[in-house]
Amino acid sequence: MTQAHEAPAQGAAPESLLAAAGLACFRGDRLLFQDLDLSVAAGQSLQIRGPNGCGKTTLLRILCGLTTPENGTIRWRGRALGPRDPDYLRDLRYIGHNDGVKLVLSPRENLRMAMALESGADEAALTRALARLGLSGFMDVACRTLSAGQRRRVALARLTLGDARLWLLDEPFTALDSAATKAVHMLIEEHLDGGGCAVLTSHQPVRIDAAKSTSLDLGA
Amino acid sequence: MTANGARHAFVTLLKRDLLLAARNRGELINPLLFYIIVATLFPLGVTSDPATLATMAAGVLWIAALLATLLSLDSLFRSDFDDGSLELILLSPHSSIVLVLAKVLAHWLVTGMPLLIVTPLLAMLMAVPEDARATLWLTLALGTPVLSLVGAIGVALTVGLRRGGALLSLLVLPLYVPVLIFGANAVGASAAGLPVTGQLYMLSAFLVLALSLAPLATAAALRISID
Repeated sequence: MTQAHEAPAQGAAPESLLAAAGLACFRGDRLLFQDLDLSVAAGQSLQIRGPNGCGKTTLLRILCGLTTPENGTIRWRGRALGPRDPDYLRDLRYIGHNDGVKLVLSPRENLRMAMALESGADEAALTRALARLGLSGFMDVACRTLSAGQRRRVALARLTLGDARLWLLDEPFTALDSAATKAVHMLIEEHLDGGGCAVLTSHQPVRIDAAKSTSLDLGA
Repeated sequence: MTANGARHAFVTLLKRDLLLAARNRGELINPLLFYIIVATLFPLGVTSDPATLATMAAGVLWIAALLATLLSLDSLFRSDFDDGSLELILLSPHSSIVLVLAKVLAHWLVTGMPLLIVTPLLAMLMAVPEDARATLWLTLALGTPVLSLVGAIGVALTVGLRRGGALLSLLVLPLYVPVLIFGANAVGASAAGLPVTGQLYMLSAFLVLALSLAPLATAAALRISID
């Protein structure tokens, strides 16, 4: 398997970071997808497309290990992943449907928690991360008083903390205004240029340089 | 480095949960209020005769503490489950067992500890014999952490269900019974002037067992609930 995987690396194609083969998933007794293969190379983004309910979120959850697939294997840098691989988790940043933001805490307190859980960034990086998403004036107010879009930005600010190479983004642009959407696009582009990779779902148009993006269509 | 990171995550999560509790003070007061109300209404409703009260006091206080803990359990993982923080916790490269332990410790500090603080006062109100008061306090000090730890397994299993409340009681109560029996029995024995080391050792053993195994089971149950 490893040989088969490394073979394409001989050509011009860049190193494949994340690869999945033969994924299958049921929700209840409904088959969402089967024999699904995907591969994302360093510096590439993969957009998962499809109508509502076709399993985009489930696929992302499978990729980060929250949901166990019926079948199939996931490889990270050529190594098959077991359950809860700490090295993989350290390399991964997942922004789910829910923001994971505590409403009675301030954005700063929320990020401090996220930082302790997933990366070792310092306080200065935290301030910078919030500033990049336009939350400079709101760092110390309770998230309860922020709008849905601002809460989404608090969640997205986690992306710039630490140096995770794989971003899994579930509808990152939901509730964001055009300035914030642009800021997040820039974050993703920078991440890809730095050798990272990203898998995302979005119903909004995604404007990432075509050379850096591929897509995958899930049938309904 | 990773051990340091895990310790930092443990402390940060513990602090965050305490901060959350401090900002939701209503939730914090609830189990304590329940405990106090049961202990104050009992003499009014049953009898104010100290001799009769003394025979029931240990059992009543223990049952009230047990139910107060049961009432507070649902909040342990509910908000984290609803707002997505639980996914963040389970996706952390640090051991989920350590993180679960931080959450349970915060839960005990917020619900179990206040019960311990008011217990001496309520013991007087319930006419617990003087010799048995220390034993009552000690059994609760050993027993309430077990209630939180074991309860966490039940909550972790039912947090994904919409109406998990009744199921939670069914799952958890049988496991609470031994703690209740040894706790209440020790107080009775000590009031009768009998040695209670056996019961205290038993409760300590429960605590060690729960401390070492419950976080493991809780972390596994959370992973099932979130699947």
